Amino acid sequence: MNAPATPSALVTQPGVLALLLRRPTAMIGLVIIVVIALLAIFAPLIAPIPPGKLSVVHRLTPPGPIWFFGTDEFGRDIFSRTLYAGRLSLLVGACVVAIATVLGLVLGLLAGFFRRLDTPLARIIDALMAFPDVLLAIALVAALGPSLLTIIITLGLVYAPRLARIVRASTLVIRELPFVEAARALGVPAWKIILRHVLRNLTSPILVQSTFIFAHAMLAEASLSFLGVGVSPEVPTWGTMIASGRQYVGQADWTILFPGLAIVLSVLSLQMIGDGLRDLLDPKLRGQM
Amino acid sequence: MARYLVERAIGMVVVMFIAVTVVILIVRLAPGDPAAVMLGPDATPADIIALRHQWGLDQPLFVQYVQALGQIVRGDLGQSIFLNRPVLTAILERTEPTFLLAMLSLAIASLIAIPIGVFAAYKRGSLFDQGVVALAMLSASIPSFWLALLFIQFFSVRLGIVPVAGYGGPGANFLDRVHHLLLPAFTLGLLSSSLIIRFTRSSMLDVLNDDYIRTARSKGMGEFRVVMRHAFKNALIPIVTVLGLTVALLVSGAVVIETVFGLPGIGNLVVSAVLRRDYPVIQGALLVITGLYVLINFLIDVLYVIIDRRVRY
Repeated sequence: MNAPATPSALVTQPGVLALLLRRPTAMIGLVIIVVIALLAIFAPLIAPIPPGKLSVVHRLTPPGPIWFFGTDEFGRDIFSRTLYAGRLSLLVGACVVAIATVLGLVLGLLAGFFRRLDTPLARIIDALMAFPDVLLAIALVAALGPSLLTIIITLGLVYAPRLARIVRASTLVIRELPFVEAARALGVPAWKIILRHVLRNLTSPILVQSTFIFAHAMLAEASLSFLGVGVSPEVPTWGTMIASGRQYVGQADWTILFPGLAIVLSVLSLQMIGDGLRDLLDPKLRGQM
Repeated sequence: MARYLVERAIGMVVVMFIAVTVVILIVRLAPGDPAAVMLGPDATPADIIALRHQWGLDQPLFVQYVQALGQIVRGDLGQSIFLNRPVLTAILERTEPTFLLAMLSLAIASLIAIPIGVFAAYKRGSLFDQGVVALAMLSASIPSFWLALLFIQFFSVRLGIVPVAGYGGPGANFLDRVHHLLLPAFTLGLLSSSLIIRFTRSSMLDVLNDDYIRTARSKGMGEFRVVMRHAFKNALIPIVTVLGLTVALLVSGAVVIETVFGLPGIGNLVVSAVLRRDYPVIQGALLVITGLYVLINFLIDVLYVIIDRRVRY
């Protein structure tokens, strides 16, 4: 049987870009993160010096016309390394969001839509959220062994309950709405109701939450790499760059300054997007902006 | 009210039980042999078998789980081979720096955030308000270790007003230890303040729009009294919640900050345990911290009932 033809979306949602245009801060955030992503993607074309090229004579050279961001303790160009490191840092963030979204969506939908599963799943979500994120990630990395893949999987597992909680809460509301009731009365199978009606209305909360998870995942990855429990110190990420520049900070603060600024800018831009989207997509805030 | 508290207490026990199960399984479901990983490449097969037996790793998973659960319930968190002492003792020895760091950071964060949040809400839409919102977002985007390194460079190395790192050595008195904690606590407090600022601001905004505030003003009550006596008092509940959440964030933040400043706290213990693959310590520390977090959440719920007399269960 076909589902009711009436649109089930709570609010007819314009495209994300059109929404972002209405909030200048969110738009600025989007521009910043797109520029950072482009710089990272096209790093081989933009980087003036190969990121691994050693030049011991020029070690710890301050920023200047040749080395825009200066050089590190091995004479490697920090500007080129910052560009390349962006690839991994952004990749980790994106993969974590993908894993957390899929897992969180499944958990949250099951808990929110099926009453019998709600209590046990909600308790599990609560329990998983009781672990401080970096601490749980550290424990999982300790168990699984440090590698880029472990970091991605670990952070995906850590942030999945956060998304699941949002999905569950929204699903609980959507489940009781008249169009879901109508579909149920018409005999539409549960999976079809979830896919066609519930999922569609979950786009906004998921979009907002994913943006914040992206930001948190980048910060967490940097922290883990800095602590030495994340990716190998040889792999350039912004976190490992700061960790290795740490001992030279007294004589060459640029070794940590620029990778740190890259993290701040990326995370800030994602928070600006998330905040803007939340304000625009939250019906309670609509009209107050 | 008693029924509500009992329900919450049962909920807390259930959440803790699931958390304990997760912690036990994390270590035991790890690929490879934890005993072999922990003892390193130089271990003899006999050493590995002995350690496997000592930990009960040669038993089926369910038996291991029940044994571990029984030990934890009795307050036995196991033995650390590297530290040569019970895990609980090792954790208790390192509680003071972490506790003081968390409390000092919370105090600094509250002192910065609550007045700013209240004033930003009072001046809604002003330049100050917009600046506060922007700064709160910025501080939530700064990696703590990076800011800590920059602060050490500025406050300790250049200005020389606070120690670079450490906890004052074994003979240090309390004031000296607190002196060593000032910069770590300021760093952590500053970064944690963003969440409190945002919650205080939005909670005050909600309350300031209420009818009784208009009534208080129309009676000719002074603005300070309206804001502090009527609005702030009623905005406290979400603020108390966020203070609880902040404690949890502080514990996570302490892991990183203690490592940067070389503080001998629980966070530092966990990181060195991970680097050494000291699984009993990792498991024990994770349990203690998670337990504290669950307990704090429970206490916040109890505080709700005390602060807000409208909340009756």
